[in-house]
Amino acid sequence: MTTGPANPPLDRRARWRNRVVAVTGLATMWVLLWGTLSWANVINGLVVAAVLVVVFPLPPVTFAGRIRPVGLLRFVLRFLLDLVVASAQIAWLAVRFGHTPHAAIIAVRLRVNSDLNLTLTAEALSLVPGSLILEADRGTGTLYVHVLGVRTPAEVERFRDGVLDLEARIIAAIGSAEELRTLDRPAPTGPSEPVDLEGAST
Amino acid sequence: MTLDAVLDVVAAGCLIAGALLSLAAGVALVRFPDLLSRMHAAAKPQVLGLLLVLLGCALRLRSGVDITTLVLVGAFQLATAPVAAHMVGRAAYPHDEIRRDLLLTDELAAHLDDVRARRADAPGEPDPASRPA
Amino acid sequence: MTVVAVLVATLLAVAGALTLTRIIRGPSILDRAVATDVLLAVVVAAIATEAAYSRDATALPVLVVLAVLGFVGSVSVARFAARRNVK
Repeated sequence: MTTGPANPPLDRRARWRNRVVAVTGLATMWVLLWGTLSWANVINGLVVAAVLVVVFPLPPVTFAGRIRPVGLLRFVLRFLLDLVVASAQIAWLAVRFGHTPHAAIIAVRLRVNSDLNLTLTAEALSLVPGSLILEADRGTGTLYVHVLGVRTPAEVERFRDGVLDLEARIIAAIGSAEELRTLDRPAPTGPSEPVDLEGAST
Repeated sequence: MTLDAVLDVVAAGCLIAGALLSLAAGVALVRFPDLLSRMHAAAKPQVLGLLLVLLGCALRLRSGVDITTLVLVGAFQLATAPVAAHMVGRAAYPHDEIRRDLLLTDELAAHLDDVRARRADAPGEPDPASRPA
Repeated sequence: MTVVAVLVATLLAVAGALTLTRIIRGPSILDRAVATDVLLAVVVAAIATEAAYSRDATALPVLVVLAVLGFVGSVSVARFAARRNVK
């Protein structure tokens, strides 16, 4: 998965499955917004969701794997822990007097280059204070992360390993068996091939 | 102590913790040296602070309809906050507002230089990467 | 609960005042956009606290709207700033 197009064309079945997932999600949201679970709400939600999916078609998302509950639970718990720890650290950094926080911008090349993995890893990183996505290179699957509160190059390397661990947890939660095997191979080294930054400042 | 009282105490703790995180973000906004570090500070009340306040609110209201609404609020916020952060971050990067002397490494600059060099070989298309700093 | 409400309101008010300082001082428009986002988060926390204090869910739909649309402002300011920079 590290080479080749990031978005292989989907076959008919996968596209239908994506549509069913989208309609179910939208209908669930509709029912939650109304707040009561009644047949009228469910049917109306399904109709509105179907219209939305037909009128605003989404770009294809390859979801090759299946959801593993244990991996998902581990990811969510670890995410909440990271969130609390990082929030406390940044708060402490803010109230400490006479100290200017240092930062670094690092490039992390993900081992599994799929749109879903790139998006989820970037979202999880953005939500945790202390790391910020500046740029995402879809061609090579590289994230450019701004890290706050690092002081030494060793801490930068530790953070880079932390991002790769996060990716491994996401793949363990939703990835396919093939993607899981990719994780065991050594990470691609060397500078990544530069690719156009898609949509930058259009 | 009844269950209601315990839930109320937990809710109060969540609300206070959320407010403290907001306060820390306010302090950080004033004190941090550049835009990108301020954005880190902004992520606190938007994510963990908001989740805590919503949890406290749900523990006080305790009715199904309200809890589903609060879950939706949390889900929407978690989905939209990174979008805004990413857009602002990418718009901020080429500006002068970043204190580059505080950066340990900058691996994005090298990447942008590469992109620029490749664009120079193939002229004729708009060049978003080479924004004047 | 009243003590808690007063405490939370005070904390949020101070946070809002500090955020306003950044909005006024903020050297660039992006600083102001980020600070406005934080101010919005403070307002959301205040509305939720009020709902929790009075056990009244009337204001919750406002929170839904703010959570969905709150990011639009930052995104449009960011795009505006990026575009102005290209010229």
